[in-house]
Amino acid sequence: MKTYLPRRLLAALLAAVAVSALIFVLVRLAPGDAVTMWVGQEGTMTPEVRDTLRTMFGLSEPIPAQYARWLGNAVRGNLGYSFRSRLPVASLLGSALPITVELTALAMLLAVAIALPLGIISAVKRDTPADVLARLLGLVGFSMPSFWLAVLLVLGSATYFKWLPALLYVSLAKSPVENLKQMLMPAVSLGLPLMAVLMRMTRSTMLDVLGQDYVRTARAKGVSVRATLWRHALRNALIPIVTVLGIQLGRLLGGAVIVEQIFGVPGVGTALVAAIFQRDYPMVQGTVLVMGLLFIAVQCLVDLSYAYIDPRVRYG
Amino acid sequence: MSAVGIVGRRGARRGRSRLLRRHLIGALGAAVVLVMVLVAVFAGWLSPYNPNALFDPRLSPPSAQHVLGLDQLGRDVLSRLIFGARVSLLVSLTSIGLSLVVGGGLGLVAGYYGGVVDNVIMRVMDVMFTVPSFVLAIALAGIIGPSLTTVILAIAIVTVPTIARVTRAPALTVRETEFVSSARAAGAADLRIVVRHVLPNVTGPLIVQATVAIADAILIEAGLSFLGLGVQPPYASWGNMLGTGRSYIGLANGLSVFPGAALMLAVLGFNFAGDGFRDVLDPQLRGP
Repeated sequence: MKTYLPRRLLAALLAAVAVSALIFVLVRLAPGDAVTMWVGQEGTMTPEVRDTLRTMFGLSEPIPAQYARWLGNAVRGNLGYSFRSRLPVASLLGSALPITVELTALAMLLAVAIALPLGIISAVKRDTPADVLARLLGLVGFSMPSFWLAVLLVLGSATYFKWLPALLYVSLAKSPVENLKQMLMPAVSLGLPLMAVLMRMTRSTMLDVLGQDYVRTARAKGVSVRATLWRHALRNALIPIVTVLGIQLGRLLGGAVIVEQIFGVPGVGTALVAAIFQRDYPMVQGTVLVMGLLFIAVQCLVDLSYAYIDPRVRYG
Repeated sequence: MSAVGIVGRRGARRGRSRLLRRHLIGALGAAVVLVMVLVAVFAGWLSPYNPNALFDPRLSPPSAQHVLGLDQLGRDVLSRLIFGARVSLLVSLTSIGLSLVVGGGLGLVAGYYGGVVDNVIMRVMDVMFTVPSFVLAIALAGIIGPSLTTVILAIAIVTVPTIARVTRAPALTVRETEFVSSARAAGAADLRIVVRHVLPNVTGPLIVQATVAIADAILIEAGLSFLGLGVQPPYASWGNMLGTGRSYIGLANGLSVFPGAALMLAVLGFNFAGDGFRDVLDPQLRGP
């Protein structure tokens, strides 16, 4: 573990640098350079002004030098300034990121809270109507686009409760109750597909584990069904489940972009879509980078959690 | 005790019936896919109206003339759904086709040559994995500028890493087999070995992955079009229908329900079909 931790962190750091390079290249695919973007396609300028601006933006340097400078600034927390609001990208993201983290965390929590018991029941009561029902839910939930579910939830609540989710966002700090009320529907729409994936994974790994000798031994020596399931079976089934959870975060972040949009949640996804439409490239760069970093961080946590879940896991 | 079931006498019989049931699901999926393909191919004959023809009154509910009603501009919703199937399939099949060629090629090369080549290719794929595919697709579509071609390219690019990974693993195994070394000893060129000996051994997992990837591609296209970054009006796409339809909740709920239902059915179809293919083509992956 002592040597593993620094190595894993180094790998995460390298991944972060590589992602930043990918994003840097990505934004340079856009037609026109930063000067034309900044002034706007419609604006005209004399060659002298353009050259001055290019030097100002550092565009006269070679691309690797530009990247090095951008990366250097990014590491120090300077992600540039939004073309539109002229505010620092970092501070705009600083207010959007916690909201997206809250939303995805809630979605994960909901998904795990439903998927684990359902998956276990489905595995234990295999081939019974309960199992068939749970698996059907899994298959349907897996194919349910989260943004359609979001639209349906809005539609349902508008039709049956004559209530529409408020579009004016209330922060968690200001009013936790109001905030959670607002976040519930987005979290449900985002969490259902994840729930389905986790449920299927829980069911299949539990089935695998339940066939093991140590489960039979535990039951034979008189451990109760409940204790066998939770302490012996689930614990051993947890590693693949946690792995899937980590991988699915990518899907969750992608889904959050649309779901945030639908419910007017001012997270990173909303910021990304707005930035794309406004051709605000520093913001695009910043939002994609932040999502990539979040994903890398969670992957890292997942890898480190293995030793906690299963003490037999030794990192060498 | 019976609660914690340990596979007993009934295990074998259960196994067989489960296999049957899973094939049933696969067959169901294949049937949905087939219907979708037929609808897309014969859209011109099947759709009752021109998808862009305007009727009155706008937003009218389902009726005998317009089975699923009219949208905000007075276009027939059923006709647009039918043509939407064409867009959905066109985008998903071409993008995944492209991704199979590029990703499959990269995976084969990485797996077959191994070493530095493998390392370089797979590390690049890893980096692409790190950005959530839908986010990457949004960024690509937004930066290059939304159009049908952009959507296809964006989806192809974001699915390449998955395809490459799935191809690489079996290619790596096949490379070590005796028939490959004997082919090499017989003087066969690399290209011939890869095409004649390695490729046939990776097609199984590849077909499974491609089927599931099509489902994902359909979702990405719909998501992009929903946001206005994908298929542009007046072309009908389930995603852009849903995106505009949600503004009319309370006035014409069908506009938010029907395109989503079509979308889900299509995704379900490809996912089920993928499940079925997995059982038939890739017995090692057969889930319990």
